Amino acid sequence: MQNSTCHQDIITLEDVSFSYQNQAVHKGLNFSVKERDFIGLIGSNGAGKTTLLRMIVGLLKPESGTIRLFGQPVSQFKQWDRIGYVPQKNSFNPLFPATVREVVLSGLYSRNKLFRKITKADQKKCDDALHAMNIEDLAMKRIGELSGGQQQRVFLARALINNPSLLILDEPTVGIDSETQEGFFHMIKHMHQHHNITFLMVSHDMEMIRSYLGQQPAVESGKLKFYKKHSHELQDCVENDLTHSLRELRQQMESRREVVTVGDLS
Amino acid sequence: MEILASDFFQRALIGGVLIGITAPLMGIFLVLRRLSMIGDTLSHVSIAGVALGFLVGVYPVAVGLLFAIIASFFIEKLRKTYKSYAELSIAIIMSGGVALASIMFTMGRGYNVNVNGYLFGSILTLNDTDLITIAVVTFVVLVAIRTQLKELFLLTFDEDAAAVSGLPVRFYNVMISVLTALVISASIKIVGALLVSALLTIPAACSLIIARSFRQSVITVVIIGELAVVAGLMIAGVWNLAPGGTIVLLLIAIMLILMLVKRGMRLGS
Repeated sequence: MQNSTCHQDIITLEDVSFSYQNQAVHKGLNFSVKERDFIGLIGSNGAGKTTLLRMIVGLLKPESGTIRLFGQPVSQFKQWDRIGYVPQKNSFNPLFPATVREVVLSGLYSRNKLFRKITKADQKKCDDALHAMNIEDLAMKRIGELSGGQQQRVFLARALINNPSLLILDEPTVGIDSETQEGFFHMIKHMHQHHNITFLMVSHDMEMIRSYLGQQPAVESGKLKFYKKHSHELQDCVENDLTHSLRELRQQMESRREVVTVGDLS
Repeated sequence: MEILASDFFQRALIGGVLIGITAPLMGIFLVLRRLSMIGDTLSHVSIAGVALGFLVGVYPVAVGLLFAIIASFFIEKLRKTYKSYAELSIAIIMSGGVALASIMFTMGRGYNVNVNGYLFGSILTLNDTDLITIAVVTFVVLVAIRTQLKELFLLTFDEDAAAVSGLPVRFYNVMISVLTALVISASIKIVGALLVSALLTIPAACSLIIARSFRQSVITVVIIGELAVVAGLMIAGVWNLAPGGTIVLLLIAIMLILMLVKRGMRLGS
C-alpha cells in the first residue's frame, strides 16, 4: 500500500482548436485531467472524440493551443511507456498472423527500448498480464480467432504490461455483448479505485459512463461531453501490484458466478 | 545439365538465394499493411532508372536503385497528401515510372539494350558487380530486420499503438519503403521488373494460409521464397526458360497446393 497525496496534472488542454476540411471540430477547448481522475468522453459520430484522443497522444497536431502530458508539451514528451492505449476493436486486421502472446508483448516495445531484446523479465510481465486478464489459455491462439470480448482483454493486457500511469481507451466495448461489456467495465472501475492509474475513456455507452461518473458532465464543448470522477472522491490508498489485485478480482468474479449458477440450479 | 555447373549459373544461384531471403521478408510487411502494390510501383520506376543508366552509360542497377529510393520518398509524400486514397500515390508513381521508362528506351533505340532481361529476368547477364550489389543489399536488409523486428511488428500490427509507444513511425515507414526499393532494384536482373513484386507478395500470401504467429510467418516466407527461387532457377537453367516467370509460376503452384491442403484438412476435421 502507498499513499497517493500528490495529484499532478496528467493531461492539460489549453485553448485547443482543430478543424477538418475548414470545419471546426474543436474550438478553444480547455480541460485538465489530474492524477487518478477518470474521464469519460461521450459524443455523437463526428463530434471529434477520436480526433481529440489522437491529438492527446501526438498523432495529430492541434491548429492552435497547447496539449501537455505529465506537464510537458506533447511534442517534447518522451515517457511513452507511462501510457497504455486500448484501440477500437475494429482497428486491426483480423487475418493478421499474430498470437495473443506476441500482441501482449508488443506493449513493451517503446522508443526507450529500441535495440533491446526481449528478456526473461519481459516474458514474466507478459505472463502476469495474461493471467490478470484471464487469457493465459489463449496465449498461443491467433488474435483474429478470438471473440470481441477476448480481443479487448488482450488489448487491455497489452496496455497494462508496462504498469501505465495513464490508460487511454478508445471505445473499447464497441461490438461486444452486454454481459462482456459489464465485466470489462467492472474491471476498469476496479483498476481505477485500487490503483494509481488515470483513465481517459471514449465510449458510446452513456448509461455505463453515467452510472460511474455521475449524471452531469463536468465540461461540455460542442457535441462533446466530459464526465469526470475526481481523484479526491477515491480512497487515498492504492495497491502497487496490479496483476495481483486483478487476480483477486478475477477470483471474486468467478466465485460470484459460481454462487449465481448454484442459485439458478436450486 | 552441365549448365548448372557453369559460372554464370552459380552466380545466379547465389544471387537468387540471397534475394529469396530478402524479397519475401520485405514483402510480409507490405502485404500485412495492405501495401502490396508498392513492389510493382518501385519496380516500374526502377526500370526507368535502368533505362537512364544505359542511356548515359552508368551502371544501370545503381541508377535503378536511386530511382526506386527517390520514388519511395514520393510515395510517402503522396500517401500523406491523399490520406484517404493512399492507393492513388501508387497508381500515380507507377504510371509515371512506366512513362519515363518507355520514353528512355525509345531514346536509347540505338544502344543495344537488352530490355527483356530487365523486364523478365535473365540468369545469363548477372555479373560480379550485380552479385556484390545483391550481397550488400541483403546485409543491410537483414541487419535492419534483425535489430528492428519487434518494432516493425508493432508498426505493422497497429500503427496507432506504435505511435503512442513513441516509436518514430514516419522513420519506420520510410525505412520499409527504402529497403523495399533496395531489394527490388537488386532483384530485377534475376526475376525481372515485371515479376519481382510476386516474389515479395506471394510468399506472404502463402504464410497467411498456414502461419499462426508473426514469427512463423517470417520463417514461412523465407522457406517458400528460397524453395521457389532455387527450384525456379534450376528449371529455368535446364529448360532455358525465363527465370522470373518460372519462379513466379512455382510460387503460385505452392500457394495453390497450400490452399488445397488447408481445405482438405478442414474437410477432414
